[in-house]
Amino acid sequence: MARLRQCAIYGKGGIGKSTTTQNLVAAMAESGKKVMIVGCDPKADSTRLILHSKAQTTVMHLAAEAGSVEDLELEDVMSIGFGGIKCVESGGPEPGVGCAGRGVITAINFLEEEGAYDEELDFVFYDVLGDVVCGGFAMPIRENKAQEIYIVCSGEMMAMYAANNIAKGIVKYANSGSVRLAGLICNSRNTDREDELIMALASRLGTTMIHFVPRDNAVQHAEIRRMTMVEYDPKHKQSDEYRQLANKIVNNTNFVIPTPIEMEELEELLMEFGIMEVEDETIVGKTAAELAAAKAA
Amino acid sequence: MAALTREETASLIAEVLEVYPEKAKKDRAKHLMINDKELESSKKCITSNRKSLPGVMTMRGCAYAGSKGVVWGPIKDIISISHGPIGCGQYARAGRRNYYVGTTGVDAFCEMNFTSDFQEKDIVFGGDKKLAKLIDEIEMLFPLNKGISVQSECPIGLIGDDIEAVSKKAAAALNKPVVPVRCEGFRGVSQSLGHHIANDSVRDWIIHNRDGQPFETTPYDVAILGDYNIGGDAWASRILLEEMGLRVVAQWSGDGTLAEMENTPKVKLNLLHCYRSMNYISRHMEEKYGIPWLEYNFFGPTKIKESLRKIASFFDDKIKAGAEAVIEKYTPMMDEVIAKYKPRLEGKKVMLYVGGLRPRHVVGAYEDLGMEVVGTGYEFAHNDDYDRTIKDMGDATLIYDDVTGYEFEEFVKAMKPDLIGSGIKEKYVFHKMGIPFRQLHSWDYSGPYHGCDGFAIFAKDMDLTLNNPCWNLMKTPWQKDASEAEKKAA
Repeated sequence: MARLRQCAIYGKGGIGKSTTTQNLVAAMAESGKKVMIVGCDPKADSTRLILHSKAQTTVMHLAAEAGSVEDLELEDVMSIGFGGIKCVESGGPEPGVGCAGRGVITAINFLEEEGAYDEELDFVFYDVLGDVVCGGFAMPIRENKAQEIYIVCSGEMMAMYAANNIAKGIVKYANSGSVRLAGLICNSRNTDREDELIMALASRLGTTMIHFVPRDNAVQHAEIRRMTMVEYDPKHKQSDEYRQLANKIVNNTNFVIPTPIEMEELEELLMEFGIMEVEDETIVGKTAAELAAAKAA
Repeated sequence: MAALTREETASLIAEVLEVYPEKAKKDRAKHLMINDKELESSKKCITSNRKSLPGVMTMRGCAYAGSKGVVWGPIKDIISISHGPIGCGQYARAGRRNYYVGTTGVDAFCEMNFTSDFQEKDIVFGGDKKLAKLIDEIEMLFPLNKGISVQSECPIGLIGDDIEAVSKKAAAALNKPVVPVRCEGFRGVSQSLGHHIANDSVRDWIIHNRDGQPFETTPYDVAILGDYNIGGDAWASRILLEEMGLRVVAQWSGDGTLAEMENTPKVKLNLLHCYRSMNYISRHMEEKYGIPWLEYNFFGPTKIKESLRKIASFFDDKIKAGAEAVIEKYTPMMDEVIAKYKPRLEGKKVMLYVGGLRPRHVVGAYEDLGMEVVGTGYEFAHNDDYDRTIKDMGDATLIYDDVTGYEFEEFVKAMKPDLIGSGIKEKYVFHKMGIPFRQLHSWDYSGPYHGCDGFAIFAKDMDLTLNNPCWNLMKTPWQKDASEAEKKAA
């Protein structure tokens, strides 16, 4: 058996992390790999396409019911879905109460102690909540957890900001451990020259765009049926895209300590690609009245 | 006369600071001073209420300790919930010997530990629901409680639980005060902020509850503030006040009740013993209700006499005569105590390191016994405490703020006091050094030390400790033989 590879998927909220993760994992499973998905988001929507369910019952929810996490067994929290994919959701509180970060820490510690990371597994994928808001959500990239980080992004400005920020977070843990940036996954939003832009960003960050996933409504059609592409329509060209992505990840050896860029450099890049207007410094801090007066003069 | 001259003390401080790294040395130097009675303000010579340095072994507590342990805990008919994991509540339980009259578990609750016992799931999902349930259970099991306070431990502040909302809802349902207290341990630099937070929560949730309600007052109503009835201190104080003709309406908070606290705005004068932990609420009552407050000191006959006269000066001739009568009544008893113990204690040197008021308040009691306090310091004082200390301590004595374990030991080695008064954490270090030691937080499980009755016990305890024959057994027989042989040779 090859060494277990642990990968974490980060990216701006709403970019399509969960959809991309599940689709690529389904493609990986189809090729015979043994894979587990660990959802690290209180919303618990990281496994629904694999399990055909609304939301899997989570570790923290079960722990709260049972009294404590020590009262749980592995089989209570783990479900098996399409292609033998093992699914776990860490879960957490509803918005505005408690500490979701602690939920992620507790759930991952539980999985480790219970031996969820067994010998059979080839890959574990952590699907992590949009922003690394506190220590809990950095749990998957700490010591002995995910070594490979994939950042899902698109050619939109905020998605690229987020990618750069996540790279900064990785540097912190990369210097003290073995976590590495493994590539950017471009989940296309059909913006102009998107592929070139993401490739340019990837090279600035010291990595590559591992795959460009084109936009296709078939993904949404599959999602409505709570299915991944390879299960819903294996012959569709979009399914092949995810197979390619899966294959590239399996064969990926390009793991780097990222070189996040300064805000100015990122903005220059965005201006170069016409995503951001060149700033007119003369208008900064001027009120509408002042600008009107300046125009009149 | 101090143990050392001003120059000797200065060089001792310099020598002790020598081992610190540059930055720590600079910081700690600001917390050490040589007393000068002429000074009006301590501002220029000592820094206080600052964060302790990592690695120095400070003796301080936390905000939770200040609120639950000091201010709220001793109120006997209120149940104080330690909200969070179990340790804080369990280790703060009944530790301060706040005596009270009542049946524990029925109408008094100080010695019990009420806690929400946070588990992992409570951190993740929040503890509000558990708190609401806990309050319901308390009400069912202990229906004679008069109110509830929610003392926040650290995690409550971290996970952002809304204890205010839970408390408000519970208070309305139970029709009694339920007070949320944001005394998370990580707030502030010591327990001092906890006192302040506790005072503020009393101000916001308790003090005005009986405003406008009828209450039969007398012109002689007073309240005791900042006496925690450790070993019965407040009781020993109350005797003197009542004998001089005053009516003590409330005790804050040792052996105190919620009703007493709510009636306090109706008194004529607030008598403040521990300034540090209750000056905030005293000032509030002065501003809102126009009640003057007076600091007093009931340690030792000299200070007691001074204080009784000061208190009486706020009242009419009847009380003034009452004060004189009390003084006259107790003077022979005090003289007897002094006659018995002073010969055994005279000339002995004392070093202190305590908490809120004792580093300065007990100085007079030692002086009454012919002893001298050569060094003193506070764990969590502010500069207004040091302003007051300057006047009580002798010239050229050593004053140390938030003293470190190392500094205290070195000062003791150099100044060679005959007795040290401090806490349990210091006790055995100095016992092992062969120095007589009394705990001045818990009175070493004795007390009371306040008032005239207390002074008799204080004097006896100091004698028992200092003149205990065990201190002559510190040397082994062969060490003794050697030193005797040396003497003979000389």
